[in-house]
Amino acid sequence: MSGNATVKSGWKDIPRGGYILEAGNAEQYKTGDWRSRRPVWDEKRCIHCLRCWVFCPDGSILTEAGKMTGIDYTHCKGCGICVEECPDKVQALKMVPEGEAGEA
Amino acid sequence: MGKRVALTGNEAIAFAMRQIDPDVVAAYPITPQTDIVQYFSSFVADGEVKTEFVTVESEHSAMSATLGASAAGCRAMTATSSNGLALMWEVVYITASFRLPVVMPVVNRALSAPINIHCDHSDSMGARDSGWIQLYSENAQEAYDNVIQALRIAEHADVRLPVMVCSDGFIISHSMQNLELLEDEKVKAFIGEYKSDYYLLDVDNPLTMGALDLYDFYFEHKRQQAEAMVNAKRVILDVGKEFGLLSGREYGFFEKYRLDDAEIALVVMGSTAGTAKAAVNQLREQGIRAGLLKLRVFRPFPHEELKATLSGLKAVAVMDRAESFSTLGGPLFTELRSALYGEPGAPPVVDHIYGLGGRDIGVEDIIWIYEDLQGIAEKGTLRAPVNYLGVRE
Repeated sequence: MSGNATVKSGWKDIPRGGYILEAGNAEQYKTGDWRSRRPVWDEKRCIHCLRCWVFCPDGSILTEAGKMTGIDYTHCKGCGICVEECPDKVQALKMVPEGEAGEA
Repeated sequence: MGKRVALTGNEAIAFAMRQIDPDVVAAYPITPQTDIVQYFSSFVADGEVKTEFVTVESEHSAMSATLGASAAGCRAMTATSSNGLALMWEVVYITASFRLPVVMPVVNRALSAPINIHCDHSDSMGARDSGWIQLYSENAQEAYDNVIQALRIAEHADVRLPVMVCSDGFIISHSMQNLELLEDEKVKAFIGEYKSDYYLLDVDNPLTMGALDLYDFYFEHKRQQAEAMVNAKRVILDVGKEFGLLSGREYGFFEKYRLDDAEIALVVMGSTAGTAKAAVNQLREQGIRAGLLKLRVFRPFPHEELKATLSGLKAVAVMDRAESFSTLGGPLFTELRSALYGEPGAPPVVDHIYGLGGRDIGVEDIIWIYEDLQGIAEKGTLRAPVNYLGVRE
């Protein structure tokens, strides 16, 4: 199993040929640590048009009952597409350097 | 008893493929492999096999389709030569790395440029580090026998690596030879049914092949391949013995010809071994203790067995039908000498690069090598480690 588990298996204990034997395993690959900048969501400005949800290439926009509820920082790679797609008049998302963001 | 017939090397290989009846064959014709695909396609057209025959637009596609079929869970084969193998290159590595037991006859032909259709080993030797097992054949009988054994070696649970079965272009592929074919049902029983433990069409157990594999796991997967090559040594010997019980023709890593009491010996692969045997016989009549080691398995390289067999000799000559352009000789020479390095009593080893682009090699050329070896054995030193035999100065 590829990913960023803290203790990794040796060559005798992993499937041959790089096969991954579990379906839906991409969720276990925590790509959030690739990020240098993160999108920060302002709930008060958000109109829940869900353009960000449509365009996010990683499914990192969290929703509930058709409304945005936050961002999955465990998987968000910080590409910034959601910020780009958020309507100009709304600006509920902005990119912030990781060191200045604080914990979400 | 099997049936005694006269066939060309390519006919013999195509006949083995008919008996194997693979689920999928995807191939593109290239001289001198073309007959294999041509004969096999007639078996498909005549309904003698159930194979899905995929005609493709290039060798890159041939190897890709074969890989795909094998990954899906099929028994899949292809065949090629020379520049065709070169065009497959990317997928050749992927097939081995995916641990897919594809069997591919390679009819050895010189690589371009200049363009040349005749035999040398530069094509398969270039692929020596691709992770494929490589078997070399002396004649049509061995090419036929090796193709059948290759299935068992490739598909063994401790191996799961692809196999190239190499035979010399035109010399083997297009010359008519007497050989013995096994009965269809014996071949079928020997190779058995193929069922992979992991395959893409297993809808109940979905899996991913070809995922990104970076610095945290790639190295472990390469280590697994190296171990599979170690395991292949045992499996090749086991399969060779079992094939011997079936056919009367047992196979190992190499054939020793008048080698046990020899003082000087030649190490050679492919059809030249037949010519060298004639030279050995002539020299033996003159009282010269000449011997021959014909290497069948180049990958994995049987270094321990070669060391044990060659260590007591006074001098050894290697014949390389490929140039590595390292300035240190051909691939067989460098690996053999490396195997002998540090061994007390290791003989001096001299390399003769020969036969490039199909340059003919005769009994008298090989007798000259043995005479040169006698001088090396007497002096214990080499004039030059790397020589070009039969090239015009």
